[in-house]
Amino acid sequence: MIPGQFVYHRPASIAEAVAVLAAHGDEARPLSGGHSLIPMMKLRMATPEHLVDLAGISELKGISQQGQTIVIGAMTTQADLIKSDLLASALPIIRETSLQIADPQIRTKGTIGGNVANGDPGNDMPGLMQCLGATYHLSGASGERTVAARDFYQGAYFTSLDVGEILTSISIPVPPAGHGYAYEKLKRKIGDYATAATAVILTMADGKVATCSIALTNVSSTPLFAEEAAQLCLGTSLDAATLKAAGEAAKSISDPAADGRGTAEYRREMAGVVTARALAKAASRAMKGA
Amino acid sequence: MSDVQTYPVTVTVNGKKIQRFVESRTLLIHFLREELNLTGSHIGCETSHCGACTVEIDGTSVKSCTMFAVQANGAVVNTVEGLANSDGTLHALQEGFRQMHGLQCGFCTPGMLMRAKVLLSENPDPTEEEIRHGIAGNLCRCTGYQNIVKAIQYAAAKLNGRTYQEAAE
Repeated sequence: MIPGQFVYHRPASIAEAVAVLAAHGDEARPLSGGHSLIPMMKLRMATPEHLVDLAGISELKGISQQGQTIVIGAMTTQADLIKSDLLASALPIIRETSLQIADPQIRTKGTIGGNVANGDPGNDMPGLMQCLGATYHLSGASGERTVAARDFYQGAYFTSLDVGEILTSISIPVPPAGHGYAYEKLKRKIGDYATAATAVILTMADGKVATCSIALTNVSSTPLFAEEAAQLCLGTSLDAATLKAAGEAAKSISDPAADGRGTAEYRREMAGVVTARALAKAASRAMKGA
Repeated sequence: MSDVQTYPVTVTVNGKKIQRFVESRTLLIHFLREELNLTGSHIGCETSHCGACTVEIDGTSVKSCTMFAVQANGAVVNTVEGLANSDGTLHALQEGFRQMHGLQCGFCTPGMLMRAKVLLSENPDPTEEEIRHGIAGNLCRCTGYQNIVKAIQYAAAKLNGRTYQEAAE
């Protein structure tokens, strides 16, 4: 369980990191928290010749609010997200999700940037970012660009990120005060990836759903933005029939693989169950907040 | 392989400043155990699951099997060897594990102790549920966790100037 040899780089700025990555192309990998990449390197399933440690780049860290947008630096750790008072009040679903990722030690090192940019369908933040309508800021040798989280994922470990490009920050529109939220994750044990999980953000007006956004985790090779399921909820009081219909809509777009967490049929069924649960919890929180 | 590149690393380990040259691929756990002969931190699963390799880095808990030694450059690292008080008496956590039978085979204990130390620094008076979530990244295959939870409760009580009272079962 010893990784292969590599050249270690520790740039102090985004520009420097991008230059090193550009110089080595496919043979270089950026290192953020390392809790996906280092285990792969120990198994020799990843053998980068150059490792570009982003930990020394202070401009990649931190959480700030700019008007109605929250901006989170890519190297902000899960532990930082959990501790943030700003997120706890403006975007409490992030804390709720982070607390369901891995375990305390791994959350010390694991970053939001690594979680969303790796393209692992088991990661929880990509679905949440799709639910929130987040935008990813990317930086590479040819300059900077932005990609919507809902357009970023193309397949398992296959994203819009080009070779040599890094994700630098994420901007998230702040949902209205009093919104309801829930991240419902069914898992076998603490630290496991989701059997199925659903993120919901909604607002209620006069007991009816006014806006609704739903996204699913780990029931396909990419996170899934469940547009039809959300549409079905609009204007309803989320009665039992609506919850069932939204769950069915979530199931219909799910395409999970059979694995240790269950058969494909079971995991698809659970996508419907956690979607209905997340909707019900989000609605009850919105009612309390109102 | 005489041309293998090495990198300078300066770390403060258990209060002592250490300077070494390491290969980039040297994991922190191997650096601690093989280079510094600090074999208290254990290698259990080597896959970031079991937590036996947990050490304290800059006041946080880290699994040292999933971090390269070069990444720790400049950091303050504490291992179980540095846990006891300077006069040789046991740290409250060590005393708690002893009094409450918080270990059987002892393999997970260094990781449990170092994780519990940071847990209590962040949350000096945790509930039982907070303790259980707090040690969720540390596996024990002997105790069933019950006595580990009690040991941490014992230490929390002692550090808060109270005497630990076991809850009636």
